[in-house]
Amino acid sequence: MNIAQALDPVVTLKTYFPDVIQEVIEFRDEVTIVIDSEQIVRVMQFLRDTTGLIYNFLSDISAVDYYPDYGHRPGRFAVAYHLYSLLYNRRLRIKAYVQEESPSLPTIIQIWPAANWLEREIMDMMGIIFEGHPDPRRLLMPDDWNGHPHRRDYPLGYETIQFSFNVEEIMKHKVKGQK
Amino acid sequence: MANMAMTTAAQNEWQGDLSELKGLVSERALTGETMMLNMGPHHPSTHGVLRLLLELDGEEIVSCIPDVGYLHTGIEKNIEAKTYEKGVTLTDRMDYLAPMSNNMVFCMAIEKLTDLDVPERAQVIRTICLELTRLNSHLVWLGTHAIDMGAMSVFLYCFREREMILDMFEMLSGQRMMGSYIRPGGVWRDLPQEFLPALETFLNYFPAKIDDYERLLTNNPVWIDRTQGIGVIEPDVALAYGITGPSLRASGVNWDIRKTSPYLTYGHYSFDVPLGEHGDVYDRYIVRVREMRESVSIIRQALKHLTQASGGFRSNNRKFVPPPRSELGQSMEAVIHHFKLWTEGFSAPDAEVYMAIESPRGEIGCYLHGTGGNKPRRVHFKTPSLIHISALSMITKNHFIADVVAIIGSVDIVLGDCDR
Repeated sequence: MNIAQALDPVVTLKTYFPDVIQEVIEFRDEVTIVIDSEQIVRVMQFLRDTTGLIYNFLSDISAVDYYPDYGHRPGRFAVAYHLYSLLYNRRLRIKAYVQEESPSLPTIIQIWPAANWLEREIMDMMGIIFEGHPDPRRLLMPDDWNGHPHRRDYPLGYETIQFSFNVEEIMKHKVKGQK
Repeated sequence: MANMAMTTAAQNEWQGDLSELKGLVSERALTGETMMLNMGPHHPSTHGVLRLLLELDGEEIVSCIPDVGYLHTGIEKNIEAKTYEKGVTLTDRMDYLAPMSNNMVFCMAIEKLTDLDVPERAQVIRTICLELTRLNSHLVWLGTHAIDMGAMSVFLYCFREREMILDMFEMLSGQRMMGSYIRPGGVWRDLPQEFLPALETFLNYFPAKIDDYERLLTNNPVWIDRTQGIGVIEPDVALAYGITGPSLRASGVNWDIRKTSPYLTYGHYSFDVPLGEHGDVYDRYIVRVREMRESVSIIRQALKHLTQASGGFRSNNRKFVPPPRSELGQSMEAVIHHFKLWTEGFSAPDAEVYMAIESPRGEIGCYLHGTGGNKPRRVHFKTPSLIHISALSMITKNHFIADVVAIIGSVDIVLGDCDR
């Protein structure tokens, strides 16, 4: 079987999407490409289907909250997509920053059905909306839960545990900006 | 149609609002033509607290909506508030059938983030532990999978052998299950004296027991009837849905992280990656049983390797790994290091890494983002069970309700792993 020569993902993306790449980070042999969040679907489709790249497996989607010191970053939140290529046996991280005011990204569920619950988890725990997701219900927390626990300004503990009967009392004392 | 009365009763029982599930159930559910049935969360065959909302046409599944989160304990959030070393104890509690794999992936992420060296001997010990964990997990899987399908005795035999493994874990860490034996930079302590003889006894005893399980199941006509051709996953579909581990290999896709990107000392050993052909419940059974045999062979090779392996059981880098107790009475530096590590902990750079290893269930990944301080900014575990449960609705489509039990058992889910 002939396997096409592997292409460098950074160079290839720079050639085909010159305006999309915001930053390329290399750390401990891991390549992170920070891209414009609007273009995520096009880039993912390209990475999956282009000969020489074939990142055909979505390993993970994780979201990070850079609160409180995110001034020097392009946005408060970032979503990291971990792709893997079975053919070339290599990994790639695509990262997109998301703004604090309307945190949203397009869904990539049409490219990898595996994204379904990973995106639901982020919507639930981090409060980042994936536009076009067919099933945007909460995944882990109860349906009537207030707030998004994985945000860095969501208190961790050492306080009254929230139940439905005391939620209003607790919410009165929550920090500003907390829903 | 004969069960009209029952249908109404079941629909009354389920208190939810169907309009919330629009798009997930068929149009016929909205008109009441099909029956909505709750399976779980308190159902013995759901392997924990998994709830399935089934839409049934007679006994046939029209749609299946898994509901998880009953075991969510905020482990990721809690690790963010702890130093790196303390976080390890929480990872045990995720996948409680393979605690060492969770320790391992978290420690490997930490070691990568901080560029911490691990001596060869520690790596070999870890490899032995991981393979014992795989056996432990596969034994519970085989036992519960078989009992789901009515084969009671296999369950008892599997748990008998698993007890030997748990005894060995107790020798290592003092705990049967949640040992936190694997730590950043190595393992907690060196192998105790009694461990190697116990392991030798086990390795001599166990392969014949795998033959016993196979004699009970592999050619058993009832077993074959219940499993062959059920829950077929095509290879390309499996990849698109993110299925990994034995469930993926049963569909014929040759991807084992131990082979493709060898971590620890897996690169030194020769072992086969069992593959299936049809991707059905039976193939997933065969693949896991063969994996158990391979694990035994890996442990044997690792034991040989252990006698030549250099270095101690953990790193000598005192900025990350505490000094031995014996030094504390004599060395001021050792006291300082000990105090610093158990109060402040070590720091990791403000950067991100992703590590993935082959857990008994599939690819378990750890995304770790440091802050430059002693606590992580974000830890996210990509767990195989979450992905596999999300694929259940695809796998169970158009099967009978009895097959759902077989399918859940065959993809080997652990709800602690899914909900974290």
